[in-house]
Amino acid sequence: MTLKIVASQCTSCSACEAECPNVAIYEKGGTFIINPKKCTECIGHFDSPQCAAVCPVDDTCVIDTSYPRYQPRA
Amino acid sequence: MDASTHHEQQSAGANINVEAVMQEVAEHKGCGTSGGSGKASCGSAAGQGDLPTEIWEKVKNHPCYSEEAHHHYARMHVAVAPACNIQCNYCNRKYDCANESRPGVVSEKLTPEQAAKKVLAVASTIPQMTVLGVAGPGDPLANPEKTFKTFELIAKTAPDIKLCLSTNGLALPDHVDTIAAFNVDHVTITINMVDPEIGAKIYPWVFWKHKRYTGVEAAKLLTDRQLLGLEMLTERGILAKINSVMIPGVNDKHLVEVNKAVKSRGAFLHNIMPLISAPEHGTVFGLTGQRGPTAQELKALQDSCEGEMNMMRHCRQCRADAVGLLGEDRSAEFTTDKIMAMEVDYDLDSRKAYQAKVEIERVAKVAAKEEELTTLAGEMSNIKLLIAVATKGSGLINEHFGHAKEFQVYELSTSGAKFVGHRRVDLYCQGGYGEDEGLDTIIRAINDCHAVFVAKIGGCPKADLIKAGIEPVDQFAHEFIEKSAIAWFKTYLDKVNSGELQHIERGDAEIRQGALIAAA
Repeated sequence: MTLKIVASQCTSCSACEAECPNVAIYEKGGTFIINPKKCTECIGHFDSPQCAAVCPVDDTCVIDTSYPRYQPRA
Repeated sequence: MDASTHHEQQSAGANINVEAVMQEVAEHKGCGTSGGSGKASCGSAAGQGDLPTEIWEKVKNHPCYSEEAHHHYARMHVAVAPACNIQCNYCNRKYDCANESRPGVVSEKLTPEQAAKKVLAVASTIPQMTVLGVAGPGDPLANPEKTFKTFELIAKTAPDIKLCLSTNGLALPDHVDTIAAFNVDHVTITINMVDPEIGAKIYPWVFWKHKRYTGVEAAKLLTDRQLLGLEMLTERGILAKINSVMIPGVNDKHLVEVNKAVKSRGAFLHNIMPLISAPEHGTVFGLTGQRGPTAQELKALQDSCEGEMNMMRHCRQCRADAVGLLGEDRSAEFTTDKIMAMEVDYDLDSRKAYQAKVEIERVAKVAAKEEELTTLAGEMSNIKLLIAVATKGSGLINEHFGHAKEFQVYELSTSGAKFVGHRRVDLYCQGGYGEDEGLDTIIRAINDCHAVFVAKIGGCPKADLIKAGIEPVDQFAHEFIEKSAIAWFKTYLDKVNSGELQHIERGDAEIRQGALIAAA
């Protein structure tokens, strides 16, 4: 899985962009987007996904269930 | 080692010799801090007064640090810092309307390069613009690269402009040395509590070192970092102003403690602001029905802290992209599209010449006040009363009653005229109201005043004001505010003494929750 940003709730504050350890977040069309190929849910970096922890709007950076769970390499 | 332990050690390390440092700073600045509650004699109130020249030079053209300067000099904020690292119950970042004015809100974000261009454009158009601040819309120090890049660009092209920033303080200790390196000599920290139990009611969370903290733990972290940051600024001789939001029933009584805590750590000026919590802003406090203070509650708290420290009462709680004199907002003239199309000619000499003229105006104003004050010498009276003044700036009574977007409030007594606040009357979403209702709004906003001084006023509002017990005064049109107010007060006292008039106390007034209409 990966995280995704609910575009209708994003305030475009950019706080998540700077916190992402994978540089997976970028701005497009006024809101921010997470690249699912780069997102690791912050596993191996931090205890919790940084984008969700710093986001000022609750339930805006959420798990995208359409992707399989991220598997850290052994 | 967990984050909070680490933090405490950091705090303790920096705490060692704050008192000694404070004394040194005090001696250095020439402001006394010793002697119990003797307040530092550095002032925001009137002119230089007993202010040491070094400090006066730093604040005299800064509209947010000197009440007297705010009549003459303008500031601008550039919205280069959108990200924030804490959540406050009085803030909702989502809401942006060009007609709305309050902290945390902007119409468009800027890159540092756009911001630098905007500063030059504004400085060329408004020669009395002397101060550039980064105030958000998030926290400047949660966006350190953008904030400091902006300062770097502006320091290169417009070296005469003072730089300042306004922060929640969480990241402040990490950046104090950079702030000092950029010659930023004014920093504002918003401190709403020094008791984490109270803080937990104001801040749902803080984000620090890759972790979201909540509740009392979050508030403890925040207050420790804020006070540490303040001490570090003081050690480096950087002037610090403290902003506090007055939230009745949550931190209103506690702000007296905050005032003591920040004073003892060298803060220069304390600005207690009323909570803005209109439900339509969608803030937590707005939605839970948390009320803001009344005009009297705010003034009483400010008065009770004033014995300790200088209070700022002229804050307009402006937007993070405001432009112009405090109380006006010209940001709509300087949108990115417009500034990018502008030919900018930054002429330092003509700016200096303009500012020299402003200085002559200021000196004349102070002299006029001093002269009028001598007429009150020997007057004995306990009467203290408030008046409202319609002004466009320059310390003059130069606004028509019907055009006033705000009234400035002065307290008159035998010791003179003192600026104690302002009241907004021209408000967001007021278009649908009839004229009569508009007048009612104004009367409610200045209901605690005995008189309203205007350049001009129509017959109808005049009659209604008299009916409400507020005397409309238009015989001092285009004269200096303080001089006129003292002259009027002298006549008022004479009338009371002769029995021609009975002095009656006025009631409370409303602090409006809306905002100034931005469009000029």
